[in-house]
Amino acid sequence: MNPFSSGTRLRDMIRAIRACKTAAEERGVVRKECAAIRAAINENDQDYRHRNLAKLMFIHMLGYPTHFGQMECLKLIAAAGFPEKRIGYLGLMLLLDERQEVLMLVTNSLKQDLNHSNQYIVGLALCALGNICSAEMARDLAPEVERLLQFRDPNIRKKAALCSIRIIKKVPELAENFINPAAALLKEKHHGVLITGVQLCTDLCKASEEALEYFRKKCTEGLVKTLKDVVNSPYAPEYDIAGITDPFLHIRLLKLLRVLGQGDEDASECMNDILAQVATKTESNKNAGNAILYECVATIMSIEDNGGLRVLAINILGRFLSNRDNNIRYVALNMLMRAITVDAQAVQRHRATILECVKDLDASIRKRALELVYVLVNESNVKPLTKELIDYLEVSDQDFKGDLTAKICSLVKRFSPERIWYIDQMLKVLSEAGNFVKDEVWHAVIVVITNSSDLHGYTVRALYRAFQTSADQESLVRVAVWCIGEYGDMLVNNIGMLDVEDPITVTESDAVDVIEIALKHHTSDLTTKAMALIALLKLSSRFPSCSERIKEIADQYKGSLVLELQQRSIELNSIISKHDDIRSKLVERMPVVDENPAGDSIPATTASINLPNGVAKPSSAPLVDLLDLNSDDAPVPSSSGGDFLQDLLGGDLSPAPKQSGVNHSPNNGTSVLMDLLSIGTPTQSSPAVPDLLNSGQDSKKPVSPLEGLSSPSSNSIQPTSSAGFAPGIDLLDSFAASPPKQENNGPAYPSVVAFESSNLRIGFNFSKLPGNPQTTLIEATFTNLSPSVYADFIFQAAVPKFLQLHLEPASSSSLPASGNGSITQTLRVTNSQHGKKSLVMRIRIAYKMNNKDVLEEGQINNFPKGL
Amino acid sequence: MGIRFILMVNKQGQTRLAQYYEYLTLEERRALEAEIVRKCLARNEQQCSFVEHRNYKIIYRRYASLFFLVGVDNEENELAILEFIHLLVETMDRHFGNVCELDIMFHLEKAHFMLEEMVMNGCIVETSKSNILAPIQLMDKTY
Repeated sequence: MNPFSSGTRLRDMIRAIRACKTAAEERGVVRKECAAIRAAINENDQDYRHRNLAKLMFIHMLGYPTHFGQMECLKLIAAAGFPEKRIGYLGLMLLLDERQEVLMLVTNSLKQDLNHSNQYIVGLALCALGNICSAEMARDLAPEVERLLQFRDPNIRKKAALCSIRIIKKVPELAENFINPAAALLKEKHHGVLITGVQLCTDLCKASEEALEYFRKKCTEGLVKTLKDVVNSPYAPEYDIAGITDPFLHIRLLKLLRVLGQGDEDASECMNDILAQVATKTESNKNAGNAILYECVATIMSIEDNGGLRVLAINILGRFLSNRDNNIRYVALNMLMRAITVDAQAVQRHRATILECVKDLDASIRKRALELVYVLVNESNVKPLTKELIDYLEVSDQDFKGDLTAKICSLVKRFSPERIWYIDQMLKVLSEAGNFVKDEVWHAVIVVITNSSDLHGYTVRALYRAFQTSADQESLVRVAVWCIGEYGDMLVNNIGMLDVEDPITVTESDAVDVIEIALKHHTSDLTTKAMALIALLKLSSRFPSCSERIKEIADQYKGSLVLELQQRSIELNSIISKHDDIRSKLVERMPVVDENPAGDSIPATTASINLPNGVAKPSSAPLVDLLDLNSDDAPVPSSSGGDFLQDLLGGDLSPAPKQSGVNHSPNNGTSVLMDLLSIGTPTQSSPAVPDLLNSGQDSKKPVSPLEGLSSPSSNSIQPTSSAGFAPGIDLLDSFAASPPKQENNGPAYPSVVAFESSNLRIGFNFSKLPGNPQTTLIEATFTNLSPSVYADFIFQAAVPKFLQLHLEPASSSSLPASGNGSITQTLRVTNSQHGKKSLVMRIRIAYKMNNKDVLEEGQINNFPKGL
Repeated sequence: MGIRFILMVNKQGQTRLAQYYEYLTLEERRALEAEIVRKCLARNEQQCSFVEHRNYKIIYRRYASLFFLVGVDNEENELAILEFIHLLVETMDRHFGNVCELDIMFHLEKAHFMLEEMVMNGCIVETSKSNILAPIQLMDKTY
């Protein structure tokens, strides 16, 4: 005999495992045993098969792989004796890993055993089938199980009933075969058969509408009577639990009645009396009685309305809720959650108690109660409930704060009656549990603050105060840093004071201090630090006196090992030292941000918020900022800002091409910025550019007009600024590359080729009216580069709000072919932000070539600086 | 299907019996057992007997050094399961005589047989202790 296969006794193996002091030791013992069992399996050892399988079950329980024992189970099942089969089936149920081939092999043995003359073997097979049956097995063996539902021994019938449940779950179309036999089980007296029969009927009702109708019609009365008998039955020692006969059967019956009564008045009516009896007569001083009451309440809440019963049920829940036993309180909260859809008013009455449960010592109860409070909140009670929850936030457990914070934030957002309240509550949450607040939440807070222009001052001061006490709450710090960067001047000058606040004295250097603390605090992460750097940039423009200090602070990050910080620091430095003329434009206040009340777009919108101005990353806000479309002082062209932006930057920018270029919501700013920033920078010529401009536009147009603009070799770039377009140069330089001297040179602006396509070239000549530096006269010259004549030639242009454009009539509407002549047209542009912003223009040219309509579009960014 | 699994675990958190009524891989089982055992064993006597974990509700009860944990779905009556655990313990008591951890360890298959007579496919089959124990006693007598 193989020395391994003799093995140890089961008892010895368990002792050896128990004696192990470490997990490694245990693994060693198990490995040895498994090796021995495998060897025995290979030898086809008959004598110890039984014992080996018992060992494998133990090893399996410990969590080691035992799949190799599955075939041994099959061999034992196929054996003749009961003990072998017994252990074989048990092993099968435990060790099986859903491998189809094993199930296929076992089907035949099961079939034989289901027909066995020994009822205990039949019982074994039923039990195994009930636990592991697959759809295929269900189809193969359903007839046997159906037959066994009428077997003489009740112990077989009850198992067959549960087996049937598995079968109809796997193959629902078999359900109808089981309706009649299942109904027959409901008439039995044997508790085991009744409880399983009732369960089978419940599952049949779920699987088939037909079954539900059948049981409703034929069995409701019978079930009510059965329940009545069980409720009123005399003492039965075998089933008695705390003076109640078989509470499990009670509960199953109540569950089935619930299914039958739901949505059917007659059936509900039929069970009213017995439900009332159960609800009033059941002893509630023991767990078993409470279990029944709990189920009874669930049934009353689900069946068709009966006012009296509902009152009874709500009263029971009220009693449960004030019970000292935590288990009872837990189920009460659970039940109230379901009751709220039925009778919200009744649940509201228990609000104070539920709120107390949120503060319970027990995490399970807190969780339930919090979820309940969450659904209880509405517009009318949001303020007091939120106050309670926020007050509790201060003292709650660390591990509960996450859940609690999420729920409070969601409630405040959903039901906030006014912005100031929203901001107040969110600042409280941020100060109290800022570390638990999710990113999208503080993003949303920033969006709301941005859009509440009358509260900017109030908010920034509140944040400044909060920062003094709660500087350890990361998301509070971020929001504070952002707001101080944006509204630092309002903080210092007490602008926009509300009646409710006390004035505070903050100097410019105090404000910078806050940012510096945030930047240097050891707990601040990359996002916070990056935001702080940007805030510093903004403050350097808002507080010119602190500019030097800010530069020094930022310079410390020039050598940062974190690329993001290093880059920002260097950019900041370059803006402060080299591009002072555009700094104020770069860091202007954020305009109103798209705020979707549904909340799903908030993360998307706000994602760009921590990407600040002047950084070459796609972001909607900076773009809007750059163009300053919302500045109120500028004369407003007829189109609205949003549409105008669309118009300016390329008609329809949405991914799906549409024909009209106007009246789109300005939600595509993100890619537009990329576009805008990449124009003219050869290193960045983004593939999106031609795409954007082509979408929704004339498809006949052979070349995108913008390609001419973005190509470095194109002569469209004006000579003076061409140096700025050399590869590798700082992106910002391209905006500010023009020497400021030129401004004094009067009309000496160079001519530019504003637009060039394969068919058309447009040149611009500039001149200034004396004594009116804001206004520029542009003489546009159109030249036809194609061999065909253009008829009906129309030139259109659009500019951002800060510009005003007037077009004089064109010299002609027909453009001769091949450059043999040209059309001229004068444009008068008035720049309300003269000296601060450069001209920018979007153009559209329409004409007929060979009687075909042609439309060309483009954008002109290469205006000389200082116009 | 109400009951998803039944676990018996000792004070140290070692599994002494595990019966699942849905298929989980070995790794999933190990992870699940470790997580819920950690959660349940950390709770004190005063706290309620229910713990929510993933999509399970765990109903647990402690008897001396042995914890009985039953995982159920949302439909199940928690109080009834609590009562069921007690019935299970009483049944084992009747067979083993004041059941302890070692009884279950050294008679794992018998404990399983008893459980099989009480729960099948996640549903309660039988609630009478003598009916549950009859086949097991018959086996003991014959062999």
